[in-house]
Amino acid sequence: MKGQRISIDPITRLEGHGKIDIFLNEQGDVAETFLQIPELRGFERFCVGRLAEDMPNLTSRICGVCPEAHHMASAKALDALLHVEPPPTARKLRELLYSIFFATDHTTHFYALAGPDFVMGPDAPKEQRNILGIIQKVGMEVAGKVLKMRRDGHDLIEMIGGRKVHPNWAVPGGVSRGITEEQRCIIEERGREAVEFARFSLELFHQVVLGNRDYVKLITSETYTHRTYNMGMVDSRNRVNFYDGLIRVVGPDGREHAKYHPRDYRDYVAERVEPWSYLKFPYLKKIGWKGLVDGEDSGLYKATPLSRLNAADGIATPLAQREYERMYDALGGKPVNHTLATHWARLIELLYAAERWVELATDPDITGKDYRVLPQATPDEGVGCVEAPRGTLTHHYWTDERGVLTRVNLIVGTTNNYAPISLSIKKAARDLIRRGTVVTEGLLNRIEMAFRAYDPCLGCATHYLPGRMPLSVTVRGPDGRVLQTIKRDGVS
Amino acid sequence: MSEKGKLAIYWAASCGGCEISILAINEKLLDVAGAFDIVFCPCIVDTKVRDVEKMPDASIDVCLFNGAIRTSEQEYMARLLRQKSKVLVAFGACAQEGGIPGQANLHNRQQIFETVYNTTPDGSGTPSTDNPQRHVPMPELRVNGFHLTLPVFYDTVRTLAQTVPVDYFLPGCPPEAPRIWEAIVAILEGKLPPAGAVIGPKTTCCDECPRTRGEKKIKKFRRIWEVNPDPDTCLLEQGLICCGPATRAGCGARCPQVNSPCIGCYGPNEGVEDQGARLVAALASVIDSSDPQEIERIIQEGIPDPVGMFYRFSLAGSLLRRAALVPDELRHELPRPRPAGAATARSAS
Repeated sequence: MKGQRISIDPITRLEGHGKIDIFLNEQGDVAETFLQIPELRGFERFCVGRLAEDMPNLTSRICGVCPEAHHMASAKALDALLHVEPPPTARKLRELLYSIFFATDHTTHFYALAGPDFVMGPDAPKEQRNILGIIQKVGMEVAGKVLKMRRDGHDLIEMIGGRKVHPNWAVPGGVSRGITEEQRCIIEERGREAVEFARFSLELFHQVVLGNRDYVKLITSETYTHRTYNMGMVDSRNRVNFYDGLIRVVGPDGREHAKYHPRDYRDYVAERVEPWSYLKFPYLKKIGWKGLVDGEDSGLYKATPLSRLNAADGIATPLAQREYERMYDALGGKPVNHTLATHWARLIELLYAAERWVELATDPDITGKDYRVLPQATPDEGVGCVEAPRGTLTHHYWTDERGVLTRVNLIVGTTNNYAPISLSIKKAARDLIRRGTVVTEGLLNRIEMAFRAYDPCLGCATHYLPGRMPLSVTVRGPDGRVLQTIKRDGVS
Repeated sequence: MSEKGKLAIYWAASCGGCEISILAINEKLLDVAGAFDIVFCPCIVDTKVRDVEKMPDASIDVCLFNGAIRTSEQEYMARLLRQKSKVLVAFGACAQEGGIPGQANLHNRQQIFETVYNTTPDGSGTPSTDNPQRHVPMPELRVNGFHLTLPVFYDTVRTLAQTVPVDYFLPGCPPEAPRIWEAIVAILEGKLPPAGAVIGPKTTCCDECPRTRGEKKIKKFRRIWEVNPDPDTCLLEQGLICCGPATRAGCGARCPQVNSPCIGCYGPNEGVEDQGARLVAALASVIDSSDPQEIERIIQEGIPDPVGMFYRFSLAGSLLRRAALVPDELRHELPRPRPAGAATARSAS
């Protein structure tokens, strides 16, 4: 191949968890881009032979950033496997812990990772485009709020589920321990603070982002627009739900493509294998795999906060519903196909998670003693599904009659978005590198923004800690010689 | 310290939970930042591998390395960071013992690929995988003329110490934040135990557990879905397989406190080489029988997955290390497999 290669590493988890190669043709235009995931652990194989009830603990080790999502999807798969219905208290306790987790996780993403692009602006000097810049701009008080929110979230998860990271709590038929009235009071109090924090975060977004015409232009620009399908879980009234419901998929025009029970996922989703990456590419089976292209005829779909809002008709809590309407009013109605609006959607979900947290913490059932039923049926097969912060998460187990696993299938949050992330990178690269344009800081930032919207968790554990994502771009000549290297600092 | 030390943090085959646990030391992160320059940490600073390659040998004071060694790239990073670091700490269960990813040592690369990429002739792999061309990831290939590479996926997961010499071990999945802070203080104050030691308590999880223990013996092991355990008495004495007696203290017996058995993530306790063997001995002591046949039956019925239950986090680092690697053409000549606990130790790659 003649032409140049541009390698970007690291994208998230440096050299080991993601790598972008951009190939230029002889005219200096982008010929092809590849986002490779160079890692695999093989859970789907080595969980075979294990005991089914071990899965909530084993699979939470897929991702230490979102172990709660695997823990819950797994527990729900076990409920199905053992044909047991958790009592209302158990179901509500699980959703309570899950709402706390969602609020904590979305806070981290917005303030540490995505916020700087918006609050400081994509064209602000790089030294200011980080969480320290946000603190300078909006005050130390905000930093205190963010840290408190994170700490409270993890402390409550430990209080309810036993551990800050990798809770050991959900069991088939319920949870291993309930909560006391004293604990409930603390949870409620923190929840009310979380609602205020979420409202504050949305106000900040409105002031800074929507008050600036350039930002709105950036969000709605063609570079960041992909007309793909959108996936999300909905309740019986088609409202967003993270813990339970049906999976709804809407097309690029917003029309319903499918609505199905999670156990039927194989009729709707398939995963494509490419020999150049360890990660598979999910797509909508009934539409088909057409490669990395968007549009109605391509089976690519997104499963992100924005997708969830697009796939739903509304949100079940009042404050978040108002913000939901506000977003669609501002962006010209449903669906919104602008990737960067995902950040806005994430904040709306943060508010929903916090409101739901309070609702559940004040539910009379929540301190009930009936938090577990023992299954009686023989185990056979079960699917469990939740919305992880980074996409629809599906666990599917088969066992023998002793409950020893014989087959396991997992479709993990970020994996859903592997194809659209790749597409976003390709589009940004093509829009920004033309006729051998000298690669600049702008390219780094724009490509970075393209996939940061997905909050990718590649290798399903990928998060970078507070600050800028470190990036470098190497431009090589046809002979592989390095022509130019551009670096940007991580945390400043 | 008059001058700032140099700290590196790296992740191999792991989940990211170790990093989240480091963050959970909260405001003490500022003390860490005051004492150390973080010279390499993919998630925080913009130092590249090539920058590390250029550092003088032993120029990093402390490297906290989490994750098991699963691919060629991870092995390279382990060797590089060993060379560049004065003190190398195997941080967390995966680096110390292989962790959950180490359970893959019951299989080999081909078997894992067959399942994940669904390349078996009968389609018995992951059922949503669409792979008519039977692709599996290739270390090196050309796609439409573009040259792409991937790290090699090994047959066997290794611990950090099976790959390079390790100075200290910090157990846990993940290590609890207070233990991380204690280790950092020990490093800062130069009060480290002898090289090769585990940094942490020398007692077992049972010693931290608030549940009351009697002398109760059991006739039957129970699965967690079969019993709603009493919140105050020993879980093992209620028939649940609790790894506490064979597991190092350090977490504060967090799982038993939410009515869940210890899953053994802190690894073997002091002086014990093989956590699984230790646990078997502990379980034998609670079985209410002296009849070998009855004991056999109690174990067969109550423990359907001995490797997974006894070596949940420690298979790769145990005396077993992995299931035997046998070429397919020889498989039919093998005698029937013995109980999984008796698998032969052998390392590949």
